[in-house]
Parts: sequence; structure tokens; C-alpha cells
Amino acid sequence: MGNARVAAPTIDALGQFTLSTGLGPIGAAVNFTNANEMMLLAAVLILAALHYGSRARAVVPGRLQALAEIGYEFVRNMCLDTIGEEGRDFFPFVFTLFFFILVGNLLGLFPYFFAFTSHIAVTAVLALSVFILSIVVGLRYHGLHFFTYFFPAGAPKALAPVLIPIEILSFLSRPISHSVRLFANIVAGHVMWEVFAGFMLMLTAGLGTAGLFVSIVPLAINVVLVGFELLVAFLQAYVFAILTCLYLHDAVHLH
Amino acid sequence: MNSALLAKDIGAGLAAIGVAGAGVGIGHIFAALVNTVGRNPAARDKVFGIGILGFALTEAVAIYALLIAFLILFA
Repeated sequence: MGNARVAAPTIDALGQFTLSTGLGPIGAAVNFTNANEMMLLAAVLILAALHYGSRARAVVPGRLQALAEIGYEFVRNMCLDTIGEEGRDFFPFVFTLFFFILVGNLLGLFPYFFAFTSHIAVTAVLALSVFILSIVVGLRYHGLHFFTYFFPAGAPKALAPVLIPIEILSFLSRPISHSVRLFANIVAGHVMWEVFAGFMLMLTAGLGTAGLFVSIVPLAINVVLVGFELLVAFLQAYVFAILTCLYLHDAVHLH
Repeated sequence: MNSALLAKDIGAGLAAIGVAGAGVGIGHIFAALVNTVGRNPAARDKVFGIGILGFALTEAVAIYALLIAFLILFA
């Protein structure tokens, strides 16, 4: 949160993303950060929801079972629709990615919680694992024929010197855009909250009692932003998962 | 306020101009979406998902520009 100095409030927008060690002295010894705490919490939450959701096995599902089933079918349909029949093999991977990112984004929305997806190190590792997987899958399915991916079939041969570098560049830039998209969305959302919260402090410091009433405006904007961030949390998890599916589709089917 | 800080603010303002392009893009996406649903209401469910995906991908470009502005201002 912003500096509450009454004299001249400043906005410390990026301070909220500072890592600190969690779990007391044991955590400090192994550099277990608050981001790791949130990852652990996210994993436990997902596993618990799926475990208890799939335990009842009722024909008419209860709330938790319905949640587990809807999540399962949503990701499964996404996989099968985008990748095709081979999507079955990649479904567990995409399912894990989607729910890990979704719960991570949602946990970050709570006050005093930490959004681990707001760190490029986290999203870059996720995006790189997808990138490396797509290369391995491409080589496994097609062998060296995979490299024809960089020259679309049917394109005139004369265009090869232009097309091939473009295709290679666009292929190599995938993990960058894939990771920066998620990280930047989460960071921008949290910074926006911080900025408008800082406006409230500035208004009360500058205008006194009148400022208290005027600062209802930034407060209202922050309330709207909560709804927007909720949408972004879902949307970015979905986008990350569907782009993973698209990249895997390219690796399996070569365009 | 010294001139370096002022230049920082100007730079952040310039970086935020990039958001305008994404605004045009998102407008196009939803215009096309409304157009499509108007012509063929039965396709609504199918087209809506694609539209939202396009929105998220375009919005990400605006977020890049905004992030640069934030980094100039606060980092």
C-alpha cells in the first residue's frame, strides 16, 4: 500500500511486488518467498477442490462436484477443439497450467495476498516450458520434417529468403509475448489500484476535509477495477491456456 | 521540480500514446462481433469466444504500453 505520510503522499506502485521470505526461519534458510507460499496455497486449493469434488460421484452433482466437472469439461473441450484428437495427450498439462494460473491470479486479488503471476520469472518459466514442449512434440511427431514448419507449403520458392527468417523470428518470439502478456496484465492491474489508492491519499492531504468527499471518486474507480481485474484474471488464464493449445496444435499438425 | 523529473513525466505520457492503437483495435473487434451476431444470431455462442480471445490479445498490447509508462513513472 502507498506511503501514508500526510505531508506529501507519494505513490509507491511497484513496492507491492517485493518478495519477502515466508514460513519463518525455515523459509528464510531455503529462500522460501511469499510467492512460493501463494503457489503452494494455489496447488493445495486446486487439489483439495478436485479431490472433494470428485469424491461424491453423484448423478446430480453438488456445488463442488459441479465446479470440478465444469472445469474439467471446459479445458477438455478447449484442448480437443484446438489441438484435435491428439489434444487428449496434452489435456493434463493444459489443465494444470490453466488452473495454476487462474487460482494464482485470483489469489492475487485478495488484500495482503501476493499475485505470483505478477513476476516475469514465474510466467517466463511457464511460457518456456510450453515452448520447449512444443519443440519436443514437433520433433517427436515429425522428426526433422518439423523444420518445414518454417516454410509454409505452397508458398513460392522465391519468397523463401524473406519468409523463413520471419517464420523463425515469430516462432522464437512466442515465449516472450506469451509470458509478458500474463505478467504485464497482472502488474498493470495491481499498479492501477495502487495509483488510484494513492490519489485518495493525495486528495485528503491536499484538500483536507473536502478531499475526503472528493476521494469517493477514486474509491469508486477502484471498486470498478476489482470487477475488471476479476475478468482479467479469468481471461488471461484462458488466453494462456488457449495459446498453449494453439502452439501445440502447430507442433502436432505443422500449420 | 527538476527537469529530469519533468522529462520522466513527459516520457511516461508519450509511452501511454500506444494505448490509442489498441483502443482502435478493440473497437474494431467488438464492431465485427456486433455485426456478426446481427447477421446471424445463431452463431452468437461460437463467435463470442473468439471475440473475447481477440479482445484479450489486443488488450495485452495496450497493457504493454501502459506497463512501460508505469515503469518510467515508478521504477
